[in-house]
Amino acid sequence: MAYRCIVLVKQVPDTANISGQAMKEDGTVNRAALPAIFNPDDLNALEMALQVKEQHGGEVTVLTMGPPRAAEVLRDALYRGADRCILLTDRKFAGADTLATSYALQRAIERVGSYDLVFCGRQAIDGDTAQVGPQVAEKLGIPQITYAETILALRDGEITVRRALPNGRETVKCTLPCLLTVVGSANRPRPPSARKMIVYKLAATPLEYPELLQKWPEFETEEALDRYLSERDLRIPVWSAEDIGATEDKVGLAGSPTRVLKIDYVVLESRESKEIPPTPEGISSLIRELVQDYIL
Amino acid sequence: MGNDIFVWVEQFRGQPVSVSYEAIGLARRLADAWGGRVTACLFGEEGIAPLAQEAISYGADRVLLAEDDTLADFRLEPQVALLAQAVREADPAVVLIGATFRGRELGPALAVELDTGCVADCTALDLEGEQLVATRPIYAGKLMCKCLVPERRPQIFTTRVRAFPKPEPDTTRRGEVVRVQPVLGEGDIAVKVTDFLEAIGGVSLADAAVIVAGGRGVGGPEGFAPLRELAQVLGAALGASRAAVDAGWIPYEHQVGQTGKTVSPDLYIACGISGAIQHQAGMRTSKVIVAINKDPEAPIFKLAHYGIVGDLFKVVPALTAALRARLG
Repeated sequence: MAYRCIVLVKQVPDTANISGQAMKEDGTVNRAALPAIFNPDDLNALEMALQVKEQHGGEVTVLTMGPPRAAEVLRDALYRGADRCILLTDRKFAGADTLATSYALQRAIERVGSYDLVFCGRQAIDGDTAQVGPQVAEKLGIPQITYAETILALRDGEITVRRALPNGRETVKCTLPCLLTVVGSANRPRPPSARKMIVYKLAATPLEYPELLQKWPEFETEEALDRYLSERDLRIPVWSAEDIGATEDKVGLAGSPTRVLKIDYVVLESRESKEIPPTPEGISSLIRELVQDYIL
Repeated sequence: MGNDIFVWVEQFRGQPVSVSYEAIGLARRLADAWGGRVTACLFGEEGIAPLAQEAISYGADRVLLAEDDTLADFRLEPQVALLAQAVREADPAVVLIGATFRGRELGPALAVELDTGCVADCTALDLEGEQLVATRPIYAGKLMCKCLVPERRPQIFTTRVRAFPKPEPDTTRRGEVVRVQPVLGEGDIAVKVTDFLEAIGGVSLADAAVIVAGGRGVGGPEGFAPLRELAQVLGAALGASRAAVDAGWIPYEHQVGQTGKTVSPDLYIACGISGAIQHQAGMRTSKVIVAINKDPEAPIFKLAHYGIVGDLFKVVPALTAALRARLG
């Protein structure tokens, strides 16, 4: 039996490279100034979906919500084996917290149509909330398996999954459809395939057409470019709030029950650090200090 | 809406999780400040009833107790259904949940059920005027975000493990225990737990007062052996960096860092860990950090209170021997 898989992915700022300069004057994070990457756990989610497709048949649809440049992670997903991609973008989504985000994702998933499995990474490295996966499942009204590490069995409308929990490994069974949040230890994501990169390097959303026309003036008009890409399945559809039938007061800032007051950059100054020589005397003095400070 | 505060009390196989009592302590202080009651929600398998009195001794006025085997092994569906119903009936202002891997799933799911906001992983919660303001780390702990749930109620917060003090229990405290019934029957629950293999290695990372952790520098699975010995002498939990876990030297449940666990022990001994920002995000708030690394330029030394530049395969056994002599 073939499985219809939907993978939720996010383009995130690379937190390894964040510094004080990445802050705007109003105290918000200037995402545009940071290198953007495929959220690491989401690559594991995509890999798990691709393996389901390879073993059982089916299709993998990748969905992301973000600014127009998030199309970059969708192309990356195509290079790795996704069948189709959708970019959910709209100014109305701006300022969304996890509740408003999961509402938009729920509406988009329902527009994709019927599905058996929804995969997402366990958490995104920017917000670190790990909330969107659980909330999308609740919104969809389907069961969820968080911390999914290995799919042990998939048959007769039922999935058996081993979860890598912080206190051990748990095996659970669940009926389909269900949502899985996938941990980083689940698999080793495949690299982009050179062959697919050749095929999909032209894949683009209509929002990117003006830029593409400068690169390929031979197309002359956006319509001509659109026709060319659509005929070759290279057009990445863009869905707006209206396209997914979202209620305005449930998306973006209006639909967000939480508010950010301010964000402070944590100055990572060097601590008062004491160098201990790697000698018996050094080690004894370390132990003595730890005992004196009631640490040991 | 009342001024009451609900706290979800987490337990696993009858063992309470410490962060729940930290959350009750926080709830008690807030409730005393604005005149409300603290209700602990304790939902689990048959036999957990003794924990109700324990929750009261930590500061709860009332415990909603459900004992039913459908509530064993923490499954989200029956827990969220019962908690949502209890909250709807009592209409509290705040729900606090310990930010363990279970709590970080329950909080957001409850927020969807009640159409309200959940602030994850709070390290501080302050009353500013009438409004609760939460502080939470984002971007691998490099940024601190202050946020709130201005209008909708209840406000849900998950509280980071060991970020709030655990109160001294007062066994003379009295409170009310109210029995409640599960909302879902077994037939209504899609997820079935068929097996659980507890992580070996003794002390759990989340509650450990001392953690001995290894990184790329341990060189292989066998390289963890001296670290295990040190951990044993100290009664410590064993941690690891993502590099060591990704290399397959040690299972994921030992991983400390942004994509693993966030810990805050009294003492963190980092052995052969360079200290990437993602690792720091998971252990920066440790009270005392000792770093052992042969590379004097390793970023971990910037964070460490005590740094030992040297070969961990010499330093760690020497430390173990010295501690064994001192601690017996």
